[in-house]
Amino acid sequence: MVTLLTVKDLSVEARDEDEQKLIVNDISFTLKRGEVLGLIGESGAGKSTVGLAVMGYTRPGCQVVSGSVLFDGIDVLTASEEVTRSLRGVHIAYVAQSAAASFNPSHRLIHQFAEGPVQHGLMSFSEAQKRAIELYRRFLLPSPESIGRRFPHQVSGGQLQRAMVAMAMSCGPEIVIFDEPTTGLDVTTQVEVLAAIREVVKERNAAAIYISHDLALVVQLADHIMVLRHGDLVEEGVPRELIRAPQKEYTRQLLSVRSGRREKHQSEKGIHTILEVENLSASYTPGVNVLEDINLKVERGKTVAVVGESGSGKTSLARAITGLLPPSKGRVLYGGKALPRLLKSRNRDSLRKLQMVYQMPDVSLNPKQKVRKILGRPLDFYFGLRGREREDRIIELLEMVELSKKFIDRFPDELSGGEKQRVCIARTLAAKPDLIICDEVTSALDQLVGEEILKLLQRLQDELGVTYLFITHDLATVKVISDDIVVMLNGRIVEQGPRQEVLAPPHHEYTELLLSSVPVMDPDWLDGVLKKRQSAQIPAFVTS
Amino acid sequence: MPFLKLMRKMSLTGRIGVGIICLNLGVCLLAPIIAPYNESAVVGDVWQSWSKRFPLGTDHLGRDMLTRLFYGARNTISIAFLITSLAFTLGILFGFLAAIIGGWVDQLLSRVVDILMAFPTLIFALIVLSILGTSIPVLIMVIALLSSTRVYRLSRAIAMDIGVMDFVEAARLRGEGLFWIMSQEILPNTVAPLLAEFGLRFCFVFLFISSLSFLGLGIQPPSADWGGMVRENAGAITFGIMAPLLPAAAIAFLTVGVNLVVDWLLHRSAGKVHEGL
Repeated sequence: MVTLLTVKDLSVEARDEDEQKLIVNDISFTLKRGEVLGLIGESGAGKSTVGLAVMGYTRPGCQVVSGSVLFDGIDVLTASEEVTRSLRGVHIAYVAQSAAASFNPSHRLIHQFAEGPVQHGLMSFSEAQKRAIELYRRFLLPSPESIGRRFPHQVSGGQLQRAMVAMAMSCGPEIVIFDEPTTGLDVTTQVEVLAAIREVVKERNAAAIYISHDLALVVQLADHIMVLRHGDLVEEGVPRELIRAPQKEYTRQLLSVRSGRREKHQSEKGIHTILEVENLSASYTPGVNVLEDINLKVERGKTVAVVGESGSGKTSLARAITGLLPPSKGRVLYGGKALPRLLKSRNRDSLRKLQMVYQMPDVSLNPKQKVRKILGRPLDFYFGLRGREREDRIIELLEMVELSKKFIDRFPDELSGGEKQRVCIARTLAAKPDLIICDEVTSALDQLVGEEILKLLQRLQDELGVTYLFITHDLATVKVISDDIVVMLNGRIVEQGPRQEVLAPPHHEYTELLLSSVPVMDPDWLDGVLKKRQSAQIPAFVTS
Repeated sequence: MPFLKLMRKMSLTGRIGVGIICLNLGVCLLAPIIAPYNESAVVGDVWQSWSKRFPLGTDHLGRDMLTRLFYGARNTISIAFLITSLAFTLGILFGFLAAIIGGWVDQLLSRVVDILMAFPTLIFALIVLSILGTSIPVLIMVIALLSSTRVYRLSRAIAMDIGVMDFVEAARLRGEGLFWIMSQEILPNTVAPLLAEFGLRFCFVFLFISSLSFLGLGIQPPSADWGGMVRENAGAITFGIMAPLLPAAAIAFLTVGVNLVVDWLLHRSAGKVHEGL
């Protein structure tokens, strides 16, 4: 096989006003035709920086300090602007994480597709158009002849991501860099995009670099995997070997996170329903219900997981329960008593008992308030705590979420994502709630950090007996944390029951689809899923 | 010293702006002490040229120009500051209310503001002032009301962006009242753009007072103010005398100074937003 790309001793430095930091440290690899290299790591591992450096590009404020990137005998890093421009897009293509943010919203897909090949003088517009249709068909996009005429907002997220992969392939590149191409997609769409990527790499005999934080995804595609952490290479190897016998502790951690489940002491002190939702329907615009006839029971001290893909209405359900979205029909009972429809008419005590943790810790803490005020306010507001007493309680709360008391004088900007989420949890605990609604609390966090948060939530449940309504799209999390599972689709509940029952066959066909779409740490998983789907008819709601 | 620290971080133009503003503020505060003569005392002939006795000459009644400029700074700047503050209090209050409550409150306030903004400001002010008479309280109320419509628009837009953030929702779920949400959750996060707007608005108000005074409807003689001084001495220009250009230059000088600081503020807050993303 021909070696396409040789990266040698690549080091990249990030420069702040007065600080310099190595964000990529001595990374070397080679890439052959038909080969896929997987780069694995959490945020800040330097994996995207490596991907960009291969194209001879560094982010503003970053600088390559040493090393070389040889492509076809050219050192991309030292080559002139003109040379790199002729390489980018034509020979080396890049697929960014968020297709929605990478497409220009005011141009039609086909024009954006054609821009590369026409600019580089490889084909005329009509030729590019033909090629686009061919590629759109290849990636199973609906009505490939006409989809190019649409604007980016007129196609779904999964379709857009596939259109982006098609665009990257427009000039027939030798190397494609995929930077987290499926992050932000639903699991069922993720499978399709993965299949499309693998297909196209194989067919064109191209080479690819696949960057992801999710090891289970990378093993589906990669021939070789490199695990990065803080810019350093931790471990590399063939997927099967890496999974079977990881050499380093860090890799082992990455592998093990999906499997851990705590056994709960089943203290059945009589079942006590704390929250009940009865025949609830709600809508944002009259006539279009986002929630349809929801019936749900939450028992004290348990965790009910609400699972569904984007648009399934799971967050709307949380909003309806908290009173932010007044239901058009049905009611919410708390401790046997009906809660007022509107947030405004609920009393302080019922507000206190029902708390919420949000998905994005970055925006759920006021950036202008110190941790002292963030945690102190609910204490003052609900319990009238002042001065010394409040200070002690804040420190106690910080300890409960495993933060030291020095955090009390920090602003949210000075905290990491995981620490912010801990402060958010502490804020809910400050109210001494019965029920905490967790809305995708781990999805904005790194894998290991998210895992720590889940452990914390479980520990708090054991210690304080709080109840969780856990909203998530991630079935791996559900398996770990839930007692009961509610599966939602298009605003309706399609299946619900105790965890073992829902997870064990026979499933509802949508649950089946969801479960089968969760990547498993097994290189043969994708083949298996695709084979099964080909033989069985793909259910209609996936393609819709 | 936090002020010195801030100065060190400032760009050169920002520092020049701060210098100009400080100079003007100093003159404002110290006018009675540093001015060589009394505000409205006639001390010489009409339009005398620059001399040791009258460093910047005299005006159309024979009053000392330098003295008039010092007192003019005092009157014009303090009234402009008062008007801008009032406009911001009104604008922010109603802008935030409209953004947070929404619904018919928002509709009502926004349409009233639309109506006010539909009239050309100067003409509107001229009509109201000629009906109600030109006293300083009326002047302040009218210009503050007109300027507050612009502030309303801005603060409503910013508050709407911030109002949908999760931390505001968290405060609502906690059961916080309107006042807490406005003053504790939203206001601190809008300081940078509002401060920049304050500087800009101050310049507009300042120029507006000057133009009203020039038309004879602003600050009334014998009180000195820069706009009025331009008008009073306008005739001198035909004789090639500098007198009307001096207060005009003072207006331009302060406006440029404030804008330099505002530019720096805007630049800084834009940089922060960028970093935040």
